[in-house]
Amino acid sequence: MSVLVYADSNNGTLTKNAFEAASYGAQIAQANGTNAVAVVVGSASGLEDLGNYGIAKVLHLSDASLDNFDPQKITGIIAAAAQQEGASTIIFSHDFSGKSVAPRLSAKLDAGMVTGAVALPNGNVIKKAVFSGKAFAEVEVNTDTKIIAVLPNSVDKVTTGGSASVEAFSCDIPSSGLTVKEIKKESTELSLTEADIVVSAGRGLKGPENWGMIEDLAKELGAATACSRPVADIGWRPHHEHVGQTGFAIRPNLYFAIGISGAIQHLAGVNGSKVIVVINTDAEAPFFKAADYGIVGDAFEVVPKLVEAVKKLKA
Amino acid sequence: MKILVCISKAPDTTAKIAFTDGDTKFDENGVQFIVNPYDEWYALVRGLELKEANGGSVTVINVGRADSDPVIRKALAIGADDAVRIDADTTDALYVAKQIANYAKENAYDMVLCGKETIDYNGSQVAGMIAELMNAPYVSLASKLDMNGNTATIERDIEGGVEVVETATPFVLSSAKGMAEARIPNMRGIMAARTKPLNVVAASEANNATTIKGFSLPPAKSGCKYVDADNVEELVNLLHNEAKAI
Repeated sequence: MSVLVYADSNNGTLTKNAFEAASYGAQIAQANGTNAVAVVVGSASGLEDLGNYGIAKVLHLSDASLDNFDPQKITGIIAAAAQQEGASTIIFSHDFSGKSVAPRLSAKLDAGMVTGAVALPNGNVIKKAVFSGKAFAEVEVNTDTKIIAVLPNSVDKVTTGGSASVEAFSCDIPSSGLTVKEIKKESTELSLTEADIVVSAGRGLKGPENWGMIEDLAKELGAATACSRPVADIGWRPHHEHVGQTGFAIRPNLYFAIGISGAIQHLAGVNGSKVIVVINTDAEAPFFKAADYGIVGDAFEVVPKLVEAVKKLKA
Repeated sequence: MKILVCISKAPDTTAKIAFTDGDTKFDENGVQFIVNPYDEWYALVRGLELKEANGGSVTVINVGRADSDPVIRKALAIGADDAVRIDADTTDALYVAKQIANYAKENAYDMVLCGKETIDYNGSQVAGMIAELMNAPYVSLASKLDMNGNTATIERDIEGGVEVVETATPFVLSSAKGMAEARIPNMRGIMAARTKPLNVVAASEANNATTIKGFSLPPAKSGCKYVDADNVEELVNLLHNEAKAI
């Protein structure tokens, strides 16, 4: 009863989340004395790298007609791979792609599913984040086949130094009613949901013309930029930068909140960050309660100094 | 255009999160319940806009007990034409999806609109499951939906951008920010909601594929370490040497 991992790719390269899912699946396989097999759909290279995270074998269905992401087709392909491998545990990342495919597969296989997993399973029980990161639930899967979608950046990757064998895979590809017309990437900048470090700013910056120093700090740190809801709503920053309950939920290693008070709706989207730094003039700002490090001070004085200090460190 | 909108009952965003019965149940004491925001603000309102532009009807569906009725009435006050409540306890996403899919299949809707997740369980599961059970296309995290006859043009969030897809009815989607602007029910809507049909139907037979065994709260943060505003280099030192984050 092997473990099957769906490893997502983007523009021909495996995503960071794909390696996290691979490592998670491989650890489950190891604990159960079985192998972990990954499935990759569409043109992609570097697949043997999955071996470094414990994957023994990669099934690659490289039909170019699958380069456009299609959940209905991928669901059918994963179901066929699971049958071939006799897989009883199927792993996804709980990201944009996983959210499109995993629920379909759950219904297709009539398999119990847990999304947002934050730890390895304990038997059939899986710990998941609930209440927008304010609590955890232990969820038991009652079906023989189980599907787990791992919350990004919440389970440690374990490298094994191995290399995976890559096999061509073929199966009947189901028909689909979806046509991809266009893909619009917002920019070539670092993607917010995949960034290790995020520099975020709010109304405390007083106007869109003051974002230069935020971008400078992000550049020095190799970070993505983000903003609070009011700032996106009044059009100071684009909507795709809005993090919080209604915007994107992110889980970087390091999150800078500059001039953001820390409303509960904002915290719900960022409380999975490993380290939180808050810079605010108001010592009573609720965000300090969720912070690891804080500076009570004026962003216009603190941030430029911070840019210089980071430059010095990196030099 | 026949539109089905799935709505969940969820605790208010600002509700205190606590548990009872040996940490196996959410403590509802003093908690105000609302229509799950993504269901209400985006899925329901976009459904109403499409109905207003193209004619047709908007039905809201909920799987739950009678304690869901107040939030169902709220959805009717915002403008839905009628409501269905499938009378069952909700503990498992696949169970809920089967209930809704069975109802949707019998009643031939052009589209099933959901929110991207509930703010309590954060599953992002039910919409995709409904689609598979209906053998219909599914678009997750949709931020825009336009109809031209029976053809839908939908934008969905992807890593670092959006993807534009096209599909014919019937389809299922989950809604994210951008689909529509929240509406506040007016007095006429609230009055009308009292007499709009809310049909309670029996659940169909299905098993729970998962069971929640218990809840826990994250460990409290050890507290914020303050750095003086004149000593920014110390913050960089701490982030580098102590937190090892840069």
